[in-house]
Amino acid sequence: MSVLLGLFSLVAIGAGVFFFVAGTLALLRFPDSLSRLHALTKADNLGLGLVVLGLLPRAGSPLAALKLIVLWAIVQLSSATVAQLIGGALRRQDAAE
Amino acid sequence: MILFDLGLAVLVLGVAAWTIAAREMFSAVVGYVAYGLLLAIVWVRLYAPDVALTEAAIGSGVTGVLLVVASKRLSLLPQADAPPGRGLKRAAAALSVLVAGVLAAAVLTLPDPAPSLAPEADRELAATGLGNAVTAVLIAYRSFDTMLEKVVLVLAVVGVWSVAPDRFWGGRPAPLGPPRPDAALVFLARVLAPIGIVIGVQMFWVGADEPGGAFQGGAILAAMAMIVMMARLTEPPRIDSGRLRLALIAGPAVFLVVGLAGPLMAGSFFAYPAGFAKPLILFIEGFMVLSIAVTLPLLVAGPPSRKGEE
Repeated sequence: MSVLLGLFSLVAIGAGVFFFVAGTLALLRFPDSLSRLHALTKADNLGLGLVVLGLLPRAGSPLAALKLIVLWAIVQLSSATVAQLIGGALRRQDAAE
Repeated sequence: MILFDLGLAVLVLGVAAWTIAAREMFSAVVGYVAYGLLLAIVWVRLYAPDVALTEAAIGSGVTGVLLVVASKRLSLLPQADAPPGRGLKRAAAALSVLVAGVLAAAVLTLPDPAPSLAPEADRELAATGLGNAVTAVLIAYRSFDTMLEKVVLVLAVVGVWSVAPDRFWGGRPAPLGPPRPDAALVFLARVLAPIGIVIGVQMFWVGADEPGGAFQGGAILAAMAMIVMMARLTEPPRIDSGRLRLALIAGPAVFLVVGLAGPLMAGSFFAYPAGFAKPLILFIEGFMVLSIAVTLPLLVAGPPSRKGEE
């Protein structure tokens, strides 16, 4: 059972890291701010979610696991809001030009 | 792990260099915030989670907001285009190099193993009733220093207020956000503030036994106050409000009163009676959280700049 859980952690965290790397590549390579923003929010939310998922079996206690999930939810909330704010600022900038 | 630490060190130095070299003020501020977050990870690697929390909350978060607001205000000044002169830049660089050099020399000349009071601090921990040695150092072993640090915070607010024009004295600082803030920001402030308040209070409460404490918890509460003001859900308070000023000095005042009562209760200044240390420490810390949560937003809000309605 513990081997299976370890394998699960490994796969989930590995997949999470993959999304972080993909998001970073997109941040460096994509041509304009809006597509960079799009790539970054998707990849980081999914990346962090998968890392948290992989850490859940290793959390030690249900409370610690709950804290990890709350952490992910708060990051979701703030990154979605920041993406909206940056997107709005970009649109205003475009309209001004 | 050594590879990770090396990479981290290179990254910290790289971001620091980038921050210094940045041409625009805003880029430099962003670099500084990133630098603070990386430094927080360094503290975690040094097994100092309490310092890491403070670095992330104060060094990176609150200072970052302060710098953003300051750079925005500087750019509104008429002479904003005039860059600092070459001489000033050289003097600042020389001073920074000197400070960094002295610090590096001090660290490098430490004997091996470095002198440490950690075993003593750990040995006496039971007498304080606390489980977190960092909190014991701050509020018990060297409580006088911590009390003075809180007084410094109050003095900083007095300093900010003292640059207010006479006609606005007692009024409100300028609003932190635009007249019509983005709907997404208002939503975030409404959803995040209650969660943040719970997390801030919890961080103060667990600080007795685990990483956390009054400063970290107070900084999170302060951040919630700032985001609510940025979303214009509330305005910066009038600075002549009696309740505001009471909250501002509550932390150092309660600390000082308990410290002065020390000779009566425990035979010496800033001593706690045996067996009753932990409740007293938490009592002091509770008021310190309040003062810190009020002080930091006031520093960001700046001096009063309008009369404000009664």
